[in-house]
Amino acid sequence: MPAVENTVLICAGGACISAGEKSVKNVFEETLKKYSLESVVRVVETGCMGACDLGPILVIYPEGVFYQKITAENAARIVEEHILKGRVVEDLLYKGDSGNLTEKPQEELPFFTEQVRIATRNLGVIDPLSIDEYIARDGYFALHKVLFELSREDVVEILKKSELKGRGGAGFPTWMKWDLTKKAEGDTKYVICNADEGDPGAFMDRAVLEGDPHTVVEAMTIAARVVGAQKGFVYVRAEYPLAIERLTHAMAMAREYGFLGENILGTDFSFDLEIRIGAGAFVCGEETALINSIEGKRGIPRVKPPFPAIKGLWEKPTLLNNVETYANIPPIITNGGEWFSQYGVDGSRGTKVFALAGNVKNTGLVEVPMGITLRKLIFDIGGGVPGGKKLKAIQTGGPSGGCIPLELIDTPITYDNMKKLGTIIGSGGMIVMDEDSCMVDVAKYFLEFTVEESCGQCTPCRDGTRRMLEILERITEGEGTTEDLQLLKDLGENIMSTSLCGLGQTAPQPVISTMRYFWDEYEAHVKEGRCPAKKCKSLIQVVIDRDKCVGCTACARVCPVEAISGSVRKPHDIDPEICTRCGSCLAVCRFGAISKVSP
Amino acid sequence: MPKIKSLEELMKIKENAMKGLKMRDSGKRGKVIVAMGTCGIAAGAKDTLRAIVDSLEEKGIDDVAVVQSGCFGLCDVEPTIEVHLEGSEPIIYGHVSPTQAKRVVEQHIVGGKVVGDLIVKRGEL
Amino acid sequence: MSAENVREIVTDIYENISSQSLEKGDVLINTLHAIQDHFGNFIPIEAAEVMKDLTGLPLSRIYEVLTFYTMFSTHKRGKYVIRVCKSLPCHVTGGQAVVDSLKNILEIDFGETTTDGLFTLEETSCLGLCGVSPVMMINDEAYGNLTPERVSEIVDGMVSRERSE
Repeated sequence: MPAVENTVLICAGGACISAGEKSVKNVFEETLKKYSLESVVRVVETGCMGACDLGPILVIYPEGVFYQKITAENAARIVEEHILKGRVVEDLLYKGDSGNLTEKPQEELPFFTEQVRIATRNLGVIDPLSIDEYIARDGYFALHKVLFELSREDVVEILKKSELKGRGGAGFPTWMKWDLTKKAEGDTKYVICNADEGDPGAFMDRAVLEGDPHTVVEAMTIAARVVGAQKGFVYVRAEYPLAIERLTHAMAMAREYGFLGENILGTDFSFDLEIRIGAGAFVCGEETALINSIEGKRGIPRVKPPFPAIKGLWEKPTLLNNVETYANIPPIITNGGEWFSQYGVDGSRGTKVFALAGNVKNTGLVEVPMGITLRKLIFDIGGGVPGGKKLKAIQTGGPSGGCIPLELIDTPITYDNMKKLGTIIGSGGMIVMDEDSCMVDVAKYFLEFTVEESCGQCTPCRDGTRRMLEILERITEGEGTTEDLQLLKDLGENIMSTSLCGLGQTAPQPVISTMRYFWDEYEAHVKEGRCPAKKCKSLIQVVIDRDKCVGCTACARVCPVEAISGSVRKPHDIDPEICTRCGSCLAVCRFGAISKVSP
Repeated sequence: MPKIKSLEELMKIKENAMKGLKMRDSGKRGKVIVAMGTCGIAAGAKDTLRAIVDSLEEKGIDDVAVVQSGCFGLCDVEPTIEVHLEGSEPIIYGHVSPTQAKRVVEQHIVGGKVVGDLIVKRGEL
Repeated sequence: MSAENVREIVTDIYENISSQSLEKGDVLINTLHAIQDHFGNFIPIEAAEVMKDLTGLPLSRIYEVLTFYTMFSTHKRGKYVIRVCKSLPCHVTGGQAVVDSLKNILEIDFGETTTDGLFTLEETSCLGLCGVSPVMMINDEAYGNLTPERVSEIVDGMVSRERSE
């Protein structure tokens, strides 16, 4: 079989079909046959490409050329001109706004063009096991500069100009942390890297450690030089074995090259690093809990102040930054503080890595200048919501954050704006949810998480979140009352003001935020016993439309609890008493006869 | 390896390694980079890597290196590979199952034609 | 496995880890990880006693650490510990069906071990692989883009590999 040379994608979305896509496809295939091209040109029908007013649309790869408003007549012309002779048919070229297209010439994908990769500059570019490739991309030159050209004060000044803030969640100015630790009294000091990334939906720290471990080693060595530390620890969660493996290798190579250990780069500065592995406790992402865990204790937070910069690991001054923050340091030192602060907007300078997850087409990591709007991030870069569904909300900041509804999608992402919307940027996780997500269920999900992860030290967090979860469970089971809603609010505010650490102080946030924007949905649950998103199993029924059912028996065969009855070629029925609302039957019905209903 | 003590030594390593990254004077005709972050591995990158190595071996190709990198960010299309042959722009392919990996070797590396339907990005990251 | 045996093994592990560490007095968690790896997914309770003697820490301190962290287990677990992600990104992309199918295929609930001693099923919070959700880890290996079908392929594959060995 000869190799396929071209792939032709024909949009078979509803609009293109109604504009004559089928006949275009037929003519196209016949013409290919006429010239014996059918084995080297593959014709594929795709889902809607988004430019519905210009259909039928087709794209020819590998060139990525778009044609619009194709008719049966000019389909043959495209084969004869473009495929056979390699000449683009100018008058049929796509002329619309390319922003509407989901399938575009690949080099123009906004996923790539909109990014400014600083913290993630080496990801996917270098071999993480090769220190030479890291050096080829200017690695360890910043360390050299710090040791030979800059004073410790100079470095702090550069960070101050860069306006870099901690990328782990709290957003504290990085230069200030460095300055405090540098000025703290004591001969013994430590630097720590927080790689206990745990917010659901965030995974940039893992990607950096796995793809570019040397950037963390270099940045921590620089930090140690500036604050005057002799030893450093990287606290990595045990769930990231590959990150641990790659970092261990990077540290060994750095020692071999003289970037770690005694007399770094031939100077009198000595510093070494060690990896500490977590053991499955989310709360260890809180800096004082992390310090306790490194000391070999339970990971429970300490009362602040004193802050770690004054009294941290073994009561010594300690500098703590997370992976992404460190990853920004070497390029900032190489290029200068102003270079970094040219990106972003007032109060939120530089770039930020966001993790796109959930119901979004392009799941993954993107690094963009701060101040970008949510719309651009989710729709242009992220490609929008798949499956023709509508966006409902975006959850940011993990269990400490909140949900942003569709109406507010034009908000620029800054520390201040997110605060105003009742959420935080946090570590940069963005969980996109489509119309099928129930916001009460989402809130319940986060509370389950907090109840599981609360360290148990203080009462508001340990017991309070549990009570909140019980109320949410009542609501999703249809047993909630309007009093419950008020109770939930009061309890939440109480926990936020009385908990010891950041985990408890922010734990009610997902509930408070969903109540703020989706009050109707809460009310529907308690007042009408209805789940508008048809998600809460106790509030829905799965039913068969007897007019559409042809009696194929596919549903009855797949039902795990034998709740579906009916004879062949006769409409079937679901017994609501037996049905567990698992949705298996919905997935197999080819006639659209089965649906979920909520009263 | 003696420890590095000067900027000159650092520059020297950089220059040598740049050649490797850009493939000049490396004695190879090209390289295939397989994204081996945990997300890539979870999506099957290990099988893809094996398929590429096997397929190159089968065809007796020894002037194309197979190397690994971290995740470049577009998890949705994992497993991803980058094919970079000397004298042409690098191509990133997505959804590269072992079967597709064989196609890339046959069509792109042997045949010199890019595999249009798998392309995620042309040109350097 | 006798108590003597455990003492000998734990002492070896402790000395090895202490010698590699930059700081003394903080090796407890790293040592517990190594002990768990050695015994295969669990820490024999006798090890706590040995650690008390080696570190000079009170037994209560060792117990509290041993029981605080979810990844340590004092109960014998299966050869393969399956940790399936229960966080929101996996939930909104079909995670519940994956959880249900794991329970069905293995015929166990969370925290239980199959009768053949091969698999223990546990739930975990976010594994940081949300780009390929839903996901699970089997010991140190990650599996993504899961569907009920893929779950049964993976589990069946492991079972048949075990049988042929």
